[in-house]
Amino acid sequence: MLAVIIQIAFALVTIAVILSFFRLLRGPDMPDRILALDTLYINTIALLVLLGIYLGSALFFEAALLIALMGFIGTVALCKYLLRGDIIE
Amino acid sequence: MLEYFLSFLILTGALLTFIGSLGLVRLKDLYTRLHGPTKATTLGVGSLLIASSIYFSTYTESVSLHEVLITLFLFITAPVSAHLLAKAALHLNLHSIAKTPENDTEAESSATDNADLSGNAENTESAGSGATQDNPQETSDQIRQ
Repeated sequence: MLAVIIQIAFALVTIAVILSFFRLLRGPDMPDRILALDTLYINTIALLVLLGIYLGSALFFEAALLIALMGFIGTVALCKYLLRGDIIE
Repeated sequence: MLEYFLSFLILTGALLTFIGSLGLVRLKDLYTRLHGPTKATTLGVGSLLIASSIYFSTYTESVSLHEVLITLFLFITAPVSAHLLAKAALHLNLHSIAKTPENDTEAESSATDNADLSGNAENTESAGSGATQDNPQETSDQIRQ
């Protein structure tokens, strides 16, 4: 049963990735695109965690942690650039 | 029993992640679009991570706490990034589907000593009359230089 549920979850999260990628391409303004990138990395963490359960390997969590850190830093840097015109003042 | 619980957590997490991205696509302006990823998607990924933590704690006989770390980090950083995004959108004076309130908020907005907000207050007040295309263009041009 868990295998079937994990496959359904894979399908749902993949559709979520496609939807946020659509917003990344379409988004009328810069904050929309930054928000879409933010959603994309969070969805990627979800996909990595699902893959970890599916393959039964705990190898992917370090990658997920790194993606979470770098994604947050990227979002903050882009927002600072929009707000101030510069990242490090 | 545990398998049903794990299945419930995984299915809930995936559904919430999907609903967050659906909101990102379907809602009308940035301020409403912020709600989907910051609430639904964060809760969904947190649920998936807790399911994974329970799975690896029971099936490999060693407590797995990486996922709790990632969950805490995501739950702390999601509001911060949403706040910064809303601030950037206010600074760029993006289109909003909400109606501008009437003039009685003028004293309040000048009382808050924030330079960004008080600079924006004039623009949002005149946005109700629909004639403010030059000022946001000017600020975004200054930013891109």
